[in-house]
Amino acid sequence: MPHFGYTISTDRQIDYDSNDKRVAKYLAEHEPSFMICISCGTCTATCSAGVFTTFSLREHIGNIKRGEIRNIKAEAEKCMLCGKCQLACPRGVNTRNVILNIQRAFEALGL
Amino acid sequence: MTFDLFVLPFFLGLITLMVILAVKYAGWIKGFQPSDKDLLRQGLFTRKSLDATGEVLMESLLHRKMFRRNALLGYMHMSFALGWFLLIVCGNLESRIYSKVHLNPPYYPIFLKYFISDGRVLSHELMSIPGVFRLLMDIFLLFILTGLVLALIKRTSSHWFGLRKTTRHSFSDRVAITTLWLIFPLRLLAESFTAAQYHHGSFLTNNFGDLLNSFLPVKQLAYPTWWAYSIALGCFFISLPYSRFMHIPTEVMLIFFRHYGIKPALHFNHYSNFEIQSCPKCGVCIDSCPLHTNANEDGIPPAYFLRALKINQPEISSTYGCLLCGRCGEYCPVGININALRVSQRIRYAKNLNGSFTYLKPADSQVAEVAYFAGCMTHLTPSIKISMEKIFNTAGIDYNFIDRDGSVCCGRPLWMAGKEKQARELMEHNKKLIESTKCKTIVLSCPICLKIFREDYGINIEILHHSQYILRLAEEKKIDLKKTDVQVVFHDPCELGRGSGIFEEPRQLIRQMANLVSASEERNMSICCGGSLGSTGINCYQRDEVSMLTLEALMANNPQAVITACPLCKKTLQKGSPVEVRDISELTSSLIDTKKISMPELVNQEEN
Repeated sequence: MPHFGYTISTDRQIDYDSNDKRVAKYLAEHEPSFMICISCGTCTATCSAGVFTTFSLREHIGNIKRGEIRNIKAEAEKCMLCGKCQLACPRGVNTRNVILNIQRAFEALGL
Repeated sequence: MTFDLFVLPFFLGLITLMVILAVKYAGWIKGFQPSDKDLLRQGLFTRKSLDATGEVLMESLLHRKMFRRNALLGYMHMSFALGWFLLIVCGNLESRIYSKVHLNPPYYPIFLKYFISDGRVLSHELMSIPGVFRLLMDIFLLFILTGLVLALIKRTSSHWFGLRKTTRHSFSDRVAITTLWLIFPLRLLAESFTAAQYHHGSFLTNNFGDLLNSFLPVKQLAYPTWWAYSIALGCFFISLPYSRFMHIPTEVMLIFFRHYGIKPALHFNHYSNFEIQSCPKCGVCIDSCPLHTNANEDGIPPAYFLRALKINQPEISSTYGCLLCGRCGEYCPVGININALRVSQRIRYAKNLNGSFTYLKPADSQVAEVAYFAGCMTHLTPSIKISMEKIFNTAGIDYNFIDRDGSVCCGRPLWMAGKEKQARELMEHNKKLIESTKCKTIVLSCPICLKIFREDYGINIEILHHSQYILRLAEEKKIDLKKTDVQVVFHDPCELGRGSGIFEEPRQLIRQMANLVSASEERNMSICCGGSLGSTGINCYQRDEVSMLTLEALMANNPQAVITACPLCKKTLQKGSPVEVRDISELTSSLIDTKKISMPELVNQEEN
């Protein structure tokens, strides 16, 4: 079948009852700048790890805020902490500390 | 008479102190790594011990580095250390005259004036040996008392001592300092009360005693004052191991260990204990910290961080907030390697934080004479890599831009965050990439990469920062530089200057192209740009405040441009600078004589 550049997204419902917001709470407490992210994606565009993988900080922050933390732990381990995202961020999010605190959250919450 | 009950508080305090110190030190030295123990054994009976003794004299007694910081501060510290030392040595010699034996019990010289009530020196005997000793003992006591007065003044007017902020002390430190401050006035009183009766002192105690005698019952007061003096000494000795004054014996040990070649390890170990306990909390580091003068992060300056470390409870904020700029290390009169200690704590905190870079495919590159590694930060400031390519091409160098298509991080940021294991994974990757080029020289644009490449990569290839490399090209006449009349100032990046000891090469290069003016804080005293990857714990506003402080220092002589040699510094300073900020490679590339260009790529680049 010819590929026209369109795809059909699978239907997805966000179930707030089953989502786990503990990581988001931990981050809001330990690195408050996490909350001011506007999901512009500049971080992902400049990411060193993003050259080699599909790692995307924008996506992960969004997912954490929604409480969808299934593969976040493994994803955060891909970050090289190089700091490009932090310089590029138009909102001044302390991105490197967000990554470290995502890891600390999983450690502290025993997830 | 050579004994009285009142010597007991002093004597028991002294014995307790000796036992505690012996147990602590023996435990720490026993825990040294085998290689460090070998160094200790091999060095003990060599010239190194002699050199160390010399340094102990200059630093622990004379406080030379303190004098360099501020004369009054140096005098204050010296009066306590040297004055007390001389009092002990001289007192010991003096006591032998009266006891006629070589070995006296330790309390005998300390309370000599009490025990020799008949030792009057007549006026014609003043220049005799006992007379000279008396004079000296009074001089030394006065010497310490002047220091004590200064210490009291420093409490309220620390700016006279070159300190804007002083250390806020903990409870145990306050107890210890109170007893220390009581010791010498009590000695003066006790000796004066006794001298008023027997006139066996000298200009200070005799006259002061006479004065007190005129309105006080000195006979009745003398004995209780000797008791008080002994108790003050005893209390000081017992509180010493649990207070900042632990630095007195520990710093001496540390100086010896350093001379034997023992170095702080990456991980916290028993040697680290000697470094922590050597901190006198003098507070010189507090003013040096760009985060303290600006952002008031109380826990970050070493005096506070090391205090928390002593009780094994450094806050995560003070551990990770520090910029690792290393400026405090330049100020520290003890020379404590604070960055190593801070990183060792981060390693402790990060031991359960994993990382995995299995997604990296082994990379290789073409063979070339010179490998150019731009690094992450340079990729974020493309004008630097474009400039570097122009310079390479103009000079006709056989080079290979090994991370043209995106860098794998050098590992330094992970290293500084305490994730050493993950950092090594990235280092291995980059090492293989470099080795595949079979290059003779690696040129780096980012000082952060430079530092870890030079110190921890363990590759046997010449590693140069681009400022060094461009200078070499200019000296070898491979590039011709135009001299302009622009006034510029150079900002020393932390990792390049203090971190790697490269201060002169960038300046020599800039002088060939522009007029270099100085900044108010430069070279090893330069302030971090504020962007340091060493810190993860501070927010963007605190970073901006540090930047403003740096820019203020840079603008001291009204330069027309700021030149730096680090992509991160450039990007950070650019935000608030009133003048243009350029990397040294950009300056070179704009002033290079391009007649030699042969590469068509360069023309394309400029058109783009």
